[in-house]
Amino acid sequence: MAKLNVNGRPVEIDVDGSTPLLWVLREQLGLSGTKYGCGIGVCGACTVHIDGEAVRACVVPVDALSAAQKVLTIEGLSADGSHPVQRVWEELDVPQCGYCQPGMIMSVVALLNGNPTPSDADIDANLTNICRCGTFNRVRRGIHLVAERNKRGEA
Amino acid sequence: MAIDRIMISRRDFLIGTAAAGAGLSLGMYLPDGGEAQAAEQPREVNAWVVIEPDDTVIIRIARSEMGQGTLTGLAQLVAEELECDWSKVKTEYPTPGQSLARNRVWGSFSTGGSQGIRGSHQYVREGGALARVLLIEAAAEAWDVPVEECSVAAGVISHGPTGRTTSYGKVAAAAAGLVPPVAVELKDPKDWKLIGRPVKRLDTHDKLTGAQVFGTDLQLPGMLNASIRACPVFGGKLVAFDDKAVRGMRGVRAVVPVDDNAVAVVADTWWQAHSALQALPITWDQGPNAELSSASIARWLVEGLTADDAFVGNRAGDVEQALQAAAKTVEAVYGYPYQHHATLEPMNATARWTAQRCEVWCPTQNGEAALQAAAEAAGLPPAQCEVYKIHLGGGFGRRGFSDYVKQAVAIAKQLPGTPVKLLWSREEDMLHGAYHPITQARLVGGLDANGDLIGLRVRISGQSILASVRPAALQDGADMITFQGMLPDGDHAISYSVPNLLVDHAMRNPAVPPGFWRGVNINQNAIYFESFVDELAHAAGKDPLEFRRKLMGDHPKGLAVLNAVAQRAGWGTPAGEGVHRGLAVCKTFGSHVAACAEVSVSSEGRLRIHRIIAATDSGYAVNPQQIEAQVEGSFVFGLSAMLYGGCTVKAGRVEQENFDSYPSMLMAEMPKVETIVMPSGGFWGGVGEPTIAVAAPAVLNAIFAATGKRVRQLPLRGVDLRAA
Repeated sequence: MAKLNVNGRPVEIDVDGSTPLLWVLREQLGLSGTKYGCGIGVCGACTVHIDGEAVRACVVPVDALSAAQKVLTIEGLSADGSHPVQRVWEELDVPQCGYCQPGMIMSVVALLNGNPTPSDADIDANLTNICRCGTFNRVRRGIHLVAERNKRGEA
Repeated sequence: MAIDRIMISRRDFLIGTAAAGAGLSLGMYLPDGGEAQAAEQPREVNAWVVIEPDDTVIIRIARSEMGQGTLTGLAQLVAEELECDWSKVKTEYPTPGQSLARNRVWGSFSTGGSQGIRGSHQYVREGGALARVLLIEAAAEAWDVPVEECSVAAGVISHGPTGRTTSYGKVAAAAAGLVPPVAVELKDPKDWKLIGRPVKRLDTHDKLTGAQVFGTDLQLPGMLNASIRACPVFGGKLVAFDDKAVRGMRGVRAVVPVDDNAVAVVADTWWQAHSALQALPITWDQGPNAELSSASIARWLVEGLTADDAFVGNRAGDVEQALQAAAKTVEAVYGYPYQHHATLEPMNATARWTAQRCEVWCPTQNGEAALQAAAEAAGLPPAQCEVYKIHLGGGFGRRGFSDYVKQAVAIAKQLPGTPVKLLWSREEDMLHGAYHPITQARLVGGLDANGDLIGLRVRISGQSILASVRPAALQDGADMITFQGMLPDGDHAISYSVPNLLVDHAMRNPAVPPGFWRGVNINQNAIYFESFVDELAHAAGKDPLEFRRKLMGDHPKGLAVLNAVAQRAGWGTPAGEGVHRGLAVCKTFGSHVAACAEVSVSSEGRLRIHRIIAATDSGYAVNPQQIEAQVEGSFVFGLSAMLYGGCTVKAGRVEQENFDSYPSMLMAEMPKVETIVMPSGGFWGGVGEPTIAVAAPAVLNAIFAATGKRVRQLPLRGVDLRAA
């Protein structure tokens, strides 16, 4: 029995403790916005926040988590896609196929939460999500646009 | 949402697992369009256009959206002629089964070869135009006025003399009952209002919230999940598996053989299925290819470089005589490895089989082929099968194949009535690709005393895609796709005039299954050709731009894109401290593309790609901002392959099993890209693939400019780039 806190709600799930958080989110909790891409913590499609930190959920077994740790998924980021990053992503038409984007957005939000106006070097160092369609330049533009709005107090 | 209504069979639900807000509720319920709902059916004006009473316009899209933006571009084409209100446009996929029942009214579903727009622009625009004619006629009939006195703008029909107006939604039902005209005139391109506008994609919002349902996300009531392992050695077979070892594991429902080469575990959840599969003892017969290796393949290809048997792709003049007469000859051998598509969403399909009916839900680039594959695997006629297309998490050519569909049906057939979702692990996906074919090329060029190119001999040695996947398309045994970018004319014509030329192909087909990989053979052909042209320019002591220009007098559109990138880059002026430039140009998929790359290489040999300028002339540019996105994406695809790609073979299997050994380019390596969209009009070229062709050679030529090192074997990973 795993006890988690997901998107602000306590949940209890009857599952083997070695099950990765990714699969508990997708298969037990129905939160399929978090994607499977590699299963080895490389591609970033499964990125969620644990206590505000961006984490690859495919390599975190649920028994390593406690109910005190707050898990945030793309579904919990906003009720309606209104988070500043989501709004800018919509403005710039960032996604192509879109499969990597929930993970990409969660990584971007974690970066901006810790560093509201990241430099290009900060972006390069922190964003290691794979996007096979190649949305990187729009992702970068999007981050700078959110940062600009942060600076102007608009975001 | 990409597809506003996914049509599914009666009594079914599609449960979107995306949850709102706190995120733990289960989502939407979409009843199908069966006869039970006939009374509420929206109004189909014709096969392409459905208009609901509230003026919502639903445009049917037969091709598959996989990120390339075809959904939006094709909708723009229909809407342009329909004269509807763009803000009210939604899209839906017709099903392959409906296509079968309606005599392929939507044409081809196949989504590859950058064909979405260039292959269907005529009939989808006609579909929109015919619907417009019917809608106006319906209004004129209702008002009892001559149709010539009526006009339409943004879905509102007006009768000039009386000032009366009505909307598409109000007359759609009547229009649906009218007999359409046989022919309709399309707009003059100068009158286009929507085509050519950088409108936003129609499918963005749900991709930002997790609500977009991909194949992996599909949920059906009572559905089980499967993980599969096929013999990792190409051509190997399944001998036995010991299901006793895993039957007692939690959630496991069945362990089943799949065809003659795979075994699958079916469980309540995929993680349970996959965990059990990991623990399942399996015995393989490794078959005839157990000794196959990259080294053995390379030896075979090297033999082909000088072999006598070869198919001719392009011949002009007398190349042997020209090379003999040349003041200087240059020779080089290039090679390009196997590549894997590595769609971020692994292959998957969900199937439900009964003795009467088989249904499949899957991301596919070819719905019709998926239906045929499902019928074959189900042992049922296609009319008793259906495929519901689900949004693709990347395609790049891989999802034009239906192997995973067949497997899903083969599994479901062993659990009659139960829907089963088959999802490949990343490892399974890497080991069972439809790999970009492997080739080498030997090029010999002859320069006269003035340093002008008088003869060029190109021998390609290696794998044919068609020989493996579509042998009926071979022409007297030749695979003409092998010659992309070097053909005498057509959509993949050579961009230069060479008086004496011979391009031929010694076909060597190793047992690694090949497939169409975004860009297909232009990827390596442009690397071979554009790198070698650069070599010739340097051997002639000429500027690479001037050398190309002199060969392009009869190729004005190619020359125009080349000039555009050279001018924007400031070719001939310093690029900055330690920064060097390289060029590439080609015609492919009907479009003219060029790139100028700016790179630096540190004294330790570290490559940095600073900026790439890319120009595209696709004739017409339906959505310029989506062309920009495709161009930027093409650099990621082409440069990932150049930098890191490459599948190697050992003991009959691919060695790379995940993104740790098959890396993809990341944000930090992404250069600045400046895209010049320069549509010259009069033709329809593709945009999803062409730029990939120029990505790598532009960078490789810039690396030569920076270091004096000519990289002829890819990938670049592991190559010492310290200055020569």
